[in-house]
Amino acid sequence: MAATVAPAPTGAVPAPRTRSSTGGPGRRRGGWPAALYLSPGMLGFAVFIVVPLLVSLVISFYDWPLFGAPEFVGLDNYRYMLAGDPAFWLSLRNTLIFAVLYTAVNLMVALGLSYWLMNLGGRWAAFFRVLFFIPVVTPMIGNALIFRLMLNDDGVINQMLAALGIPGPQWLNTPGWAMLSLVMMSLWQGMGYNIIVLGAGIAGISPSVLEASRIDGAGPVNRFFRVVFPMLSPTIFFCTIMTVIGAFKVFAQPYALTEGGPGNATNTLVLHLYRNGFSFDRLGYASALAWVLFVLVMLITALQFSQQKRWVSYDS
Amino acid sequence: MTAETVAPVRRTRGALRPGPVVSRVLLCVVGAVFLFPFVWMLATSLKPTNEVFASGTSFFGSRIEWSNYTVAWTAIPFGRILVNSFLVALAGALLTVTVSVLSAYAFSRLRFRGRATLFAAFLATMVLPQEVLIIPLYLMMQKAGLVNSYPALILPFAFGAFGTFLIRQFLLSLPSDYEEAATIDGAGRLRTLVSVIVPLLRAPISVVFVFAFIEYWGSFLWPLIVVNDASMATVPIGLQMFSGERGTDWGPLMAAVTLVVLPSLLIVVLLQKQLQQGVSMGGFGGR
Repeated sequence: MAATVAPAPTGAVPAPRTRSSTGGPGRRRGGWPAALYLSPGMLGFAVFIVVPLLVSLVISFYDWPLFGAPEFVGLDNYRYMLAGDPAFWLSLRNTLIFAVLYTAVNLMVALGLSYWLMNLGGRWAAFFRVLFFIPVVTPMIGNALIFRLMLNDDGVINQMLAALGIPGPQWLNTPGWAMLSLVMMSLWQGMGYNIIVLGAGIAGISPSVLEASRIDGAGPVNRFFRVVFPMLSPTIFFCTIMTVIGAFKVFAQPYALTEGGPGNATNTLVLHLYRNGFSFDRLGYASALAWVLFVLVMLITALQFSQQKRWVSYDS
Repeated sequence: MTAETVAPVRRTRGALRPGPVVSRVLLCVVGAVFLFPFVWMLATSLKPTNEVFASGTSFFGSRIEWSNYTVAWTAIPFGRILVNSFLVALAGALLTVTVSVLSAYAFSRLRFRGRATLFAAFLATMVLPQEVLIIPLYLMMQKAGLVNSYPALILPFAFGAFGTFLIRQFLLSLPSDYEEAATIDGAGRLRTLVSVIVPLLRAPISVVFVFAFIEYWGSFLWPLIVVNDASMATVPIGLQMFSGERGTDWGPLMAAVTLVVLPSLLIVVLLQKQLQQGVSMGGFGGR
């Protein structure tokens, strides 16, 4: 490819097209070319990420309607959140319950399935990894609608249970069952992601190590806990971080599956944020909720990083 | 389990041994259960609406109701919505790739003061939930008069760190011999980047492209806020509008979901290689 670029005689003046590199080609210390290449990315980063993050903090100190004049109210939004809005505490509690259930089951099942697939190997593993990934890509709102259909009081799940002589619950209209439905649907949708990530991690374990443990007479269960788990722990750690963050952002599922109900039984932080901002016209309060979410996610991520030494081993 | 200790060295290919066969059959059952929601979606999309629950666990109603699809297609401007989604996803993915390549190049090949700090700050935002930003972003779009527009749907989410991070990783492992050769030959920096480096980055670029495309394709919260006109709706919003109007009209509703699931299915099957690569490198940021 370089050959086609060659005709310019060596030693000639710098190629005329690169007005950017004022000092001529080659690696200069100057910041000019860097600034040019960086400018689109960093401008977007500033305008669409950094500034909104800071502005969101500012807005949280205002009473800010969608249309009309904002009014500075100091810490009132935060005071209201902690003392005057029981739905906040409910949505926080629900988000935490969801995050714990979803993350724990997701990782256990994904880990089990990817280990299973590894033992089968070859085309089977590849095929099923793709199969489990399908709901990750299909739009969440569609997935939620399918589950709303199946979990309807007269839906196919309850009809199957009835055929077995079990009276099915009102999945989406009873607080505990609604949360369970939310978790189930989210697991179905999100697990394929971790199956692929963990599968890639498992594929990275050297086959000779596994073979050695096999010759030593370790059964699959033993092999999993003694060899696979420790060697996979960095990948599991990464999955845990990403899955927890994903769980704290849960929105489309409760929005479309349960509408946060019954009552506030499946209301989550982001759903509460959305409703306050765009249904109740309280952008200031919604921004306060956003910052609480932000700080919470950062704290939990930091906490996980600080604890990783206890179970993650990077020496392989 | 005992079979493995009997033949420790042989590969587990023997399809005749009972262990793998049971294992495969079991896996097929798991797979079938996993796919059942899609099968049920398809079955329901072909039932007359009044038979959706009356038909119980049967896959078929009294007749095949193809008209559900025509109802779904005409109740919302489906063609327009598909085109919207496709255009937004395409433009968003192209923008993401372009910006990511330029930034990754700067962060890996050019030296400047504060590079490490800036990159660390940029990378840290990979764990920042975008949901935190939506209110200022909405106000920004409102001020700019961009509510209900393509730029509003595209711009805010094209500047994440994932693409830059991924392409930078590849660039760091790529020896700079080619570029130096091209530079000595007199090619300028931009020209070297476009004609020498970019072709070598085909793999990570396609991963970033596919991931960005799927992110835009499935994005829900932001379009829900910034679009309120059916003619600007993307696929998830179209579905939402349809279900809001006729939430119990299950036949046509599932027909609409099927029409939306099919292109997504196509994406997974066609792009499975890039998907598997990209996911293992941290795409999607968890869901």
